[in-house]
Amino acid sequence: MARRYDSRTTIFSPEGRLYQVEYAMEAISNAGAALGILATDGVVLAAEKKILSKLLDTGAVGVRREKMYKLDDHIACAVAGITSDANILINTCRLSAQRYQFAYQEPIPVEQLVRALCDNKQGYTQFGGLRPFGVSLLYAGWDDDRGFQLYQSDPSGNYGGWKATAIGANAHAAQNILKQDYKEDITLEAAVKLVIKVLNKTMDSTTLSPDKVELATITRNEDKDQVVFHIYKDDELKPLLDTANEAHQREKDAEA
Amino acid sequence: MDYLMGLRGKDYVMVCSDTTAVQQIITIKHDEDKLMSVDDHTLLALSGEPGDRVQFSEFIKANVQLYNLRNSRKLGTKATANYLRGELATALRKRPYSTNLLIAGYDKGKGPSLYWCDYLATMHKMNIAGTGYGSYFVLSMFDRLWHKELTEEEGLALMLKGIDEVKKRLVVAPPSYCIKIIDANGTRTIKTISDSE
Repeated sequence: MARRYDSRTTIFSPEGRLYQVEYAMEAISNAGAALGILATDGVVLAAEKKILSKLLDTGAVGVRREKMYKLDDHIACAVAGITSDANILINTCRLSAQRYQFAYQEPIPVEQLVRALCDNKQGYTQFGGLRPFGVSLLYAGWDDDRGFQLYQSDPSGNYGGWKATAIGANAHAAQNILKQDYKEDITLEAAVKLVIKVLNKTMDSTTLSPDKVELATITRNEDKDQVVFHIYKDDELKPLLDTANEAHQREKDAEA
Repeated sequence: MDYLMGLRGKDYVMVCSDTTAVQQIITIKHDEDKLMSVDDHTLLALSGEPGDRVQFSEFIKANVQLYNLRNSRKLGTKATANYLRGELATALRKRPYSTNLLIAGYDKGKGPSLYWCDYLATMHKMNIAGTGYGSYFVLSMFDRLWHKELTEEEGLALMLKGIDEVKKRLVVAPPSYCIKIIDANGTRTIKTISDSE
């Protein structure tokens, strides 16, 4: 009987639920995790790479990076979910950002971009015949009005601003650790360490390595009045991950 | 003949326009306000075809207010000016608006700014700007006397000097004027000049 209410995206079940939307969210909780932390002097995004094969050409476009995308000069995002769906949404975001820039000759405020995309996502929960996008996004950005910001959105079209949050596999576990360890005036340096620590504890694999993790930050260059989006390269990432691995190992040994 | 003049002072922008409504060779009224507030910190000064002037300014005003409402933030002067220019440029190849304008605004943290835009959608950020026959010689006068530390009193004196020059030299000089100022406190009229003065 369940099929009566989940074959279309736009029909409520008698309990008032939209099953297709919930299934879309379920699809995300199996995808590689992504987390973000809002610091005083920047935002950090981290993600877990799931595609691991010796045969993979890691230098090829689309493989080198799975989940970090630059949306505009001042906004970047990390995705969790169906990558092909994410590509469509990212294209939409980039288009919105450039349309705004064209109309007003100034960069789009971060929340407006998030809302524009969420309005689009919401459409697929209401207008029939199509499935919702199976993607959650974390947006990190900076604008004149509100400084550094971190947003999260899900397939239903809901979004919100966060100080620290996680999406994808083990998101709840990650959120719990973030809740414990987040401090109000955390610096970016500490946030980067925290984000790696959380990944280390929530990822299935025991040791972190640059081919399993993506890390990026958004900061400001005040002198040039520019927003800087920095994706950590393997050789920058490795020492950070090694330190985290050692700490994790020590913790384990102590427990044993 | 429409006369618009604007100047950016130390912490304000001042705009002056004539207040005559003209139909062919007849002056219909002497208290037409050609300085329109888009919101509490942006002012449009418009000249040109009266119908286009009203239609275009109301269209811009409605859209800027819609933006403010939708996004819970004020559209800045620069963004307003560029949005307006874009609309004018799009219309130019369809049904052009025959209106020249000045955009004056004050943004918290950024200070005052003044933009000049003609009906062909050419736009510039200016310290002094004007349109109409009157501006031809008042601009050269402002070129000589304007400086960036101009106080409100000095600005007003300069504006009045400009009006005197128009009345003295221009064959088709309008008889009545209105001067508005926009600063951190918002927009207000600081002087109106009627026929008898």
